Amino acid sequence: MSLLPYLDIGLALLVVAVAVWTIAARDLFTSVVGYVAYGLLLAFVWIRLYAPDVALTEAAVGGGVTGVLLITAGKRLGALKNVAPEAQPGLAVRLLTGVLAALVAGALGAVILMLPDPPPSLAPEAAAAADGAGAGLGNPITAVLMSYRSFDTMLEKMVLILAVVGVWSVGTDKAWGGAPAPFRRPKPYAPMVFLAQMLAPVGVLIGIHIFWTGANAPGGAFQGGALLAAMWMVTMMARLAEPPRIDTQRLRLALVAGPAVFLIIGLAGKVVAGSFFAYPPALAKPIILFIEAFMLLSIAAALPMLVAGPPSERADQ
Amino acid sequence: MTPSVLAGLVGATLVGLGLYGLILHPHPLRKLLAFNLMGSGVFLVFGIVARRGAAAGFRFDPVPQAMVITGIVVAFAASALAVALILRLSEESSRVTLDPEAWTKPDSGDAK
Amino acid sequence: MITLLDLFSIAAIGAGAFFFLAGTVGLLRFPDALTRMHALAKADNLGLGLVALGLIPRAESALSALKLIVIWALVLLSAASTTQLIGRALRRGRK
Repeated sequence: MSLLPYLDIGLALLVVAVAVWTIAARDLFTSVVGYVAYGLLLAFVWIRLYAPDVALTEAAVGGGVTGVLLITAGKRLGALKNVAPEAQPGLAVRLLTGVLAALVAGALGAVILMLPDPPPSLAPEAAAAADGAGAGLGNPITAVLMSYRSFDTMLEKMVLILAVVGVWSVGTDKAWGGAPAPFRRPKPYAPMVFLAQMLAPVGVLIGIHIFWTGANAPGGAFQGGALLAAMWMVTMMARLAEPPRIDTQRLRLALVAGPAVFLIIGLAGKVVAGSFFAYPPALAKPIILFIEAFMLLSIAAALPMLVAGPPSERADQ
Repeated sequence: MTPSVLAGLVGATLVGLGLYGLILHPHPLRKLLAFNLMGSGVFLVFGIVARRGAAAGFRFDPVPQAMVITGIVVAFAASALAVALILRLSEESSRVTLDPEAWTKPDSGDAK
Repeated sequence: MITLLDLFSIAAIGAGAFFFLAGTVGLLRFPDALTRMHALAKADNLGLGLVALGLIPRAESALSALKLIVIWALVLLSAASTTQLIGRALRRGRK
């Protein structure tokens, strides 16, 4: 008698219930809180699907950092209350939309029930690529990210930079080059300062550990970078550090370092190892860790800048 | 009903729920939330494909899982850009709405 | 065959689950946000400590057991700080 199927069904029902609550909540703040809780529950589902790396990323980025982003946004839109009610759609529109949503969900569900059996899999190719490149990485996901599909990962880092540039360009022309001002100007509050002073060193250590151990165990640059980004955000929220001006050299260098190093090594692979983004077999693991270290820096710099928002003109600049 | 199929059906439900919220909610941030919900439903479907692709000695297929990790980070970046746009739009128009008529209609008193 | 360590684990995790239940009952039944936070901060963290204690005999190595304790300490730290912050926000909202 195994309890696991009942736990699975219970977890599935819970996830759907929290998602329904997120959609049906009356005001924005409730909805955001529901979304964060939903993200954390989803991490459990990922664990049940044998995906600890994805669970870490979902909990850190999907739940944590997105929650900070949305709560900060809601606060800046004014008191996290629903605006004077926009014309709520009428019953007919609701019914039609409900039918549409049900059709889409039903079609997707039918596809899932009809998935091919035996299931196709790229696992053998990925394993072969990971071994063939001499990567010797114990974590197949890191091997896929950095070796089998390294080009995709580099492009994704560039997407992060594009998003940061996009967020910065939304600011007013006069404010270009200034610092973002996401948080109002309260005096530093002692418990928040205490939290930042206690948590930040430990968090940075854990973040670097998660990055380093990602070579052989669940973890990696994204998860570690999200944790480092969170520590920087906690420090900024405690007013122990201010969001930097967006035209500082160090910030821009940190943002660009990851994809730049990745690109240079990828291009060099043509000369050194015979094709773009190939690594010389003997040096594959050290090179991968070297690239990942710079990726860690870029992610830890990009995520808080995305949350901090566009530069704003402040009287004391 | 294996955990994979169950999770896949949950993913399908989430896509439907997200679509409903995306179309119906007038508040832009709640549309964004619903869109993220849809996105995570799609990622769940990727996840079950990964789980079902257990082969070559692994218990999962690492390629879709790597794509999902990439996808989660990119989805966050897109959400951040959307938030920046929504905030700037609301500052300029003094209204929190995506309705293009808002710029031309007379202010009905709920300005910020 | 259930060893003594297994019994200890079961007892500790069971007690932890009971405290989580108590905290949730408090969350649902207390009248006011401050009292609800009190229930959560005390009962849930104690419950987590008991669960961590119960999992220590089942850890693979001393390092894993140490990690469990560090997790509990971090949750204590964040729970204490966030309850303070929420309390201040509530008090200001009342003014």
